[in-house]
Amino acid sequence: MKVGVLALQGDFAEHKEALEKSGFDVCLVRNIVDLVSVKGLVIPGGESTTISKLLKKSGLDKAIVERINKGMSVWGTCAGAILLADDVKSKKPIDTLEVLDIGIERNAYGSQLDSFQTELELDGKKFEVAFIRAPKITKIGKDIKTLISYNDNPVMVRLGNILVTTFHPELIPGTYFYDWLREHIFYG
Amino acid sequence: MTNQQNTPLLKEGLAKMLKGGVIMDVVDAKQAKIAEEAGAVAVMALERVPSDIRKDGGVARMSDPKMIKEIIEAVSIPVMAKVRIGHFVEAQILEAIGVDYIDESEVLTPADEQFHVDKTKFAVPFVCGATDLGEALRRVNEGASMIRTKGEAGTGNVVEAVRHLRMIKEQIAELKKGNLKAKAKEYRVPVELLQYVVDSGRLPVVTFVAGGIATPADAALMMQMGAEGVFVGSGIFKSEHPEKMAKAVVEATMHYDNPAKLAEISNGLGDAMASLDMKEVDVKLSERGW
Repeated sequence: MKVGVLALQGDFAEHKEALEKSGFDVCLVRNIVDLVSVKGLVIPGGESTTISKLLKKSGLDKAIVERINKGMSVWGTCAGAILLADDVKSKKPIDTLEVLDIGIERNAYGSQLDSFQTELELDGKKFEVAFIRAPKITKIGKDIKTLISYNDNPVMVRLGNILVTTFHPELIPGTYFYDWLREHIFYG
Repeated sequence: MTNQQNTPLLKEGLAKMLKGGVIMDVVDAKQAKIAEEAGAVAVMALERVPSDIRKDGGVARMSDPKMIKEIIEAVSIPVMAKVRIGHFVEAQILEAIGVDYIDESEVLTPADEQFHVDKTKFAVPFVCGATDLGEALRRVNEGASMIRTKGEAGTGNVVEAVRHLRMIKEQIAELKKGNLKAKAKEYRVPVELLQYVVDSGRLPVVTFVAGGIATPADAALMMQMGAEGVFVGSGIFKSEHPEKMAKAVVEATMHYDNPAKLAEISNGLGDAMASLDMKEVDVKLSERGW
């Protein structure tokens, strides 16, 4: 599957590299034309207010929602998770794509000094991730499945073609998470 | 495994999240909110922007913790703050406040003529200025998690920023041809660090530009030259219409390779900050540090 990485701001280059290492055909998505050719989309980490503004200004916000509603697979991580959620707690109101019925609190673990690396378990196997000024999922709507929790907080949830994580797998070498993605989200 | 905190991966990781973005100097919570609203990826809290530091003279120090805390309270984006070169106690204070990044900055008056701060001793990540490859790698070797080219702060003149970024790129290219051991000695850094630069073709950490960026076109120029993001100091809040200028610089940093968009973005922004030709600059801040 050809997977696009939203490249308005953030660590899109790291996502592209990690996906390519796992054998995906990857391109960067900077405008509506780029979006047409992709079958799946990654919304990377970055600053959600910045990406939100650039999404709106470029018209990509509406185009992405339309594609998601038609079944395009999407994975949002960290800032990307915030941008997919429909209820965000933040000091400043932020416009999101509102495609997933979850509540999320921005920067909920504290400052950069509270960022951490840890190991999570997915389908019985452990892999390492980084939480960097990460958000917390505070509530999830019905039918949404929690795939991984950390200290009783959901950190990876899914509803059909929409996957949300609050951690970064892309900063740490290893293909386990990406192999999982190929099997469950970006398949075909 | 047990959880790990404050690792190089996490410190450098935050800088990766800022890539493609604009970090703006702000002097109070009100400006910080304007910067966040405009789409800044982070703010740099300081009492006076570089152009005022230049005008006022005297010793420029770390800002009042009270003002930095107010800014941390006001925004959700990361907050950075500056310490004087070598002033490790100012750095300890900023770490205690809980800033997200410390800038060991030549814009403030240096506190130590011999040593920069030993950044490996700190939990909080550091960004440092550099004018060439050797300087950048010395800072990385001391534990800097992010580099910004120095440019010449407070001038509204992009010429030095261009020079420093080009210098680093040329020196990286040259490194491939030269004797790494001799270069390591010249630069006073471990040869492994140079080997990394040769293999990857880039600095080991995220590299932004700073110093003299005053217009959306300046920001786009630096991005086209290979910068991974932009610091704007006096350029925003010393311009005629700060809100408009801030938004325009953010958009130009994203659409840096699209001239039609840049034309649209640059339309009717009013006056940029008051600026200086390099001949009029009496104190070159970029010469501070080594």
